[in-house]
Amino acid sequence: MSLSEKIRNGDSRSVAKLITMVENDFQSAQPFLKELHQYCGKAIVLGITGPPGSGKSTITDKLTKHLRKMNKKVGIIAIDPSSPFSGGAILGDRIRMQDLTTDKDVFIRSVGARGHLGGLSRSTQAVVKIMDAMGKDFIFIETVGVGQSEIDVIKVSDIVLLVVMPGMGDDIQVIKAGIMEIGDIFVVNKSDRDGSDKLIAEIEMMLHLNEQEEKWHPPILKTVGTENIGIDVLWKEVEKCTVYLKESGEMFLRRKNRTRKEIFDLFQESWREMFFQFISEERLEKEVERVLKQNDNPYNAVKKLSAIFKKNLFKEGE
Amino acid sequence: MKKSRIRVLVAKPGLDGHDRGAKVIARALRDAGMEVIYTGLRQTPEQIIEAAIQEDVNVIGLSILSGAHMYIFPKIIKMLEERKMTDILVIAGGIIPIEDITELKKMGIKEIFTPGTDTKKIVEFIKTNIAVA
Repeated sequence: MSLSEKIRNGDSRSVAKLITMVENDFQSAQPFLKELHQYCGKAIVLGITGPPGSGKSTITDKLTKHLRKMNKKVGIIAIDPSSPFSGGAILGDRIRMQDLTTDKDVFIRSVGARGHLGGLSRSTQAVVKIMDAMGKDFIFIETVGVGQSEIDVIKVSDIVLLVVMPGMGDDIQVIKAGIMEIGDIFVVNKSDRDGSDKLIAEIEMMLHLNEQEEKWHPPILKTVGTENIGIDVLWKEVEKCTVYLKESGEMFLRRKNRTRKEIFDLFQESWREMFFQFISEERLEKEVERVLKQNDNPYNAVKKLSAIFKKNLFKEGE
Repeated sequence: MKKSRIRVLVAKPGLDGHDRGAKVIARALRDAGMEVIYTGLRQTPEQIIEAAIQEDVNVIGLSILSGAHMYIFPKIIKMLEERKMTDILVIAGGIIPIEDITELKKMGIKEIFTPGTDTKKIVEFIKTNIAVA
């Protein structure tokens, strides 16, 4: 049986191996992704984002358990930051998902962001695809703990859940641009703490200001993840949102944008690879030195390197 | 472009609740550029194996202080053999008597680090004993 057949049969080892390949050596993984692509598109992709410590892993864990009661298959991509210095990472989201580990219909993969900004890793979209092809009904993408502008999750998810908690700052925080704008559903977690009603009022106010002719009004839900409080109500809202997105054509539009982004990203990546293939490290180093010593400027350097690039590209075409 | 990273599962099997040692190791491995999947306390052998599969790790690091190592470690090694996962490097740390160390190494635990081991030594050991493409 081929690797992609094994993946489609849900073999977790093959899935895990291909994810590693995607992360380490995308070129070699591409033929397999190509084969799998036609089996993708069935899973609903849920982005779970929010600040560090707001309870993203716990909410993911509890929603997954809820889905398992309905016999749905779940994939989880849990992203944590990588060190900008060593490149290493501590991936600790599994701590909150221990009981899910031995459930054969749940597949969890911890991923280091590996220098990618925006709350995801570069490989996230491909990992979604692999889990989709293995037959998962729902795929959670749990982002790194985000601040204000890490909004890449919106580009790979069908629905975004923004998990916040009381006590994060004054009311101006919620009307700032960025992260607060991307939630389809707001989850006020740790709502047993002081200030949760105030936070809800502030988010309501912000959403109210948003209202133009948007038909979906993001609901704001209270949860206490660790106690499993509010999870079933939250899931009902996710279902409602899914129906709305499908019927309004918004889901199609989001997926269309996602596909566009995927093509563009792949294109960019292949040019990047070509850059290093056509321009030697020494040649690049030479330009760096020149610019550094004020013998030249970076704009000229790019022009020169582009000339070499084009020449090599032309030669390749022959 | 190839960008491989060594992936290590740090797990604490058994019932003791002391994970300071495991956290120190996790941090040292992170600083050495490895991706450490930290799974938390009280892991069963089944959970450790399943997590190792899904995370596709190169190394499993077991930390134990409860004294149950002669019961739990062989179980883990046996399960790895059954699932044909012997390419994973298994190392351990914690309070483990010398006579048990010899025994455990015979079973297939590649190295056992007792309290006071320099973390650099552990990093070195991992780097020289696994082959990452």
